[in-house]
Amino acid sequence: MATSTTTVPNAGPVAGSRSFLSRLRDGDEIARLITFLFAASVVLVTLLLVFELWQGSVLARHKFGLNFFFTRVWDPIFEQFGALPFIYGTVVTAVVALLIAVPLGIGAAIFLAELAPQKISDTLQFFIDLLAAVPSVIYGLLGVFIVIPLMREYIQPALKTTVGFLPFFQGPMYGVGFLTAGIVLAIMVIPYIISVSREVLLSVPRDQREAALALGATRWESTWKVVVPFARTGIMGSIFLALARALGETMAVTMVIGNQPTISASLFSPGDSIASVIANQFSEATGDLYVQSLIELGLVLFLLTFILNGLARLLILVTTQRGSGTGLA
Amino acid sequence: MNPRLRWRKFVSNFMLTMTGLCAVVAVSVLFFILGYLVYHGGTSINWNFFTKLPTPVGETGGGMANAIVGSAKLLLLASLFGVPIGFLGGVYLAEFGGGTLAYVVRYAADLLNGVPSIVIGIFAYGLVVLPFKHYSTVAGSFALGLMMIPITLRSTEEFLHAVPRELREGAMALGASKSRTIATVIVPAAYRGVVTAILLALARVAGETAPLLFTAFGNRFWSPGWGQPTASLPVMIFTYAIAPYEDWHRQAWAAGLVLLGLILVVNIVARGILARGIAIPRS
Repeated sequence: MATSTTTVPNAGPVAGSRSFLSRLRDGDEIARLITFLFAASVVLVTLLLVFELWQGSVLARHKFGLNFFFTRVWDPIFEQFGALPFIYGTVVTAVVALLIAVPLGIGAAIFLAELAPQKISDTLQFFIDLLAAVPSVIYGLLGVFIVIPLMREYIQPALKTTVGFLPFFQGPMYGVGFLTAGIVLAIMVIPYIISVSREVLLSVPRDQREAALALGATRWESTWKVVVPFARTGIMGSIFLALARALGETMAVTMVIGNQPTISASLFSPGDSIASVIANQFSEATGDLYVQSLIELGLVLFLLTFILNGLARLLILVTTQRGSGTGLA
Repeated sequence: MNPRLRWRKFVSNFMLTMTGLCAVVAVSVLFFILGYLVYHGGTSINWNFFTKLPTPVGETGGGMANAIVGSAKLLLLASLFGVPIGFLGGVYLAEFGGGTLAYVVRYAADLLNGVPSIVIGIFAYGLVVLPFKHYSTVAGSFALGLMMIPITLRSTEEFLHAVPRELREGAMALGASKSRTIATVIVPAAYRGVVTAILLALARVAGETAPLLFTAFGNRFWSPGWGQPTASLPVMIFTYAIAPYEDWHRQAWAAGLVLLGLILVVNIVARGILARGIAIPRS
């Protein structure tokens, strides 16, 4: 265990018997103090961030209270602010993204972890890591010039003629909108799902697979009925992680969602998300209440991602250390 | 072979092929992105892009020299702010930590790492822009530096932990104090890994747009000093891409190619170094 190494220098009787002064002269206490200050500043700055968001939205929180979350009016002129359309847009785009990204991502992770030879798996993982490094504004750029025209000309008409009887695929086809934003988001979060799920799948003990195969399971049956259930908590963690990314993603969504605070069942409709409304309006917001309402949206976003990230980390930790207990049955 | 077994074998092969297809689709996205950027960006990039200022709206031509310099300045100041905090904090976690505080610091760093970048922007706006009543390079750098802290912190801790215990014990046995051991043995042994991790952190924040929108803002001219609004490549890509001018779209592609090229090169080099595992010299 790597952590044990840190205690070694202090463990001997020599270190213990040295006086505080001699250690001070050696600079140990000074070094400890300096690094301590820097470490503590990380905590301070995080607390400051939370405080700033809380304090910065005090007017809006008092004026609107809980109604902020259930009002669909967003009117800077009459100073009426409700977050509902943005929360709706954020949730809908994230759900669309996950519906596409989860099957694709987990499928790819299964291939990388279970099927592909080590070398191919590592090479593909390298490309996946590079994909995760592509900045979101680049996805936005491609979204604007490639995905939007593609949606308007081909995908949306095709959806309308085949499954157009569903309320999700009706209305005018602008190219921009919830569906487009969801698709771009899906492309962005797939690398996260793949990387984490692959890691979790690789940590499943070998005997689990061998036992299933020895009982006569086919390769797929051993993977799907034994390995994946064993790793499912960790895979859930990777999905939460992806969800947190999708909710907080700003640029790519802002560039393709259409930026209109609408609530509509149709995925073709232009919409707006929490992050995109902040990106679009924050620098030109006038009046305290307007700015503070935007900051409150930021606070909501912060809390959402905070909870999801915490859950994700917990799930991944639990699986990589112990396996998803119930999957053993 | 009975039909049931044949069916199971068929399902197995079919599903496994599907997973392979998923992997191919996921990876091919990277090549689509690269292909489009090289195709559109490559035809629009020229010498003017690197040397000229943006032209007034409506005129074609011009470049993004101010955005390139602006991005460089932002990243420089961001590292000056984020790297020392991350690095020294990481030293504390690896060498002196172990109590409740170390746990709290790790938790705070993970929390900070997960904060959406747009929220970081709001924070920097409230902390730096409002008091000075000015969008500025400093404010943008603060936001970017803040995002570098958790990455630098956790990777410094990781690489210092990975230094073989014998090195540490050898130094202690020779009578070196702890601080001396850290400064002359442990950090030098781990520095390549740490530097690589910092490069990765830089590459990550180099493409960040959202935290710059209302901190560094944007500027169509040079931004003298550190207290003025400044242009940056990612924000330029954003504003040019959503603008209605053909010539701006061309330049957005060019800027996208330059930005992604830089980020991918840094990533490939850094990951190559890390993968070969030469970060820690083996005795």
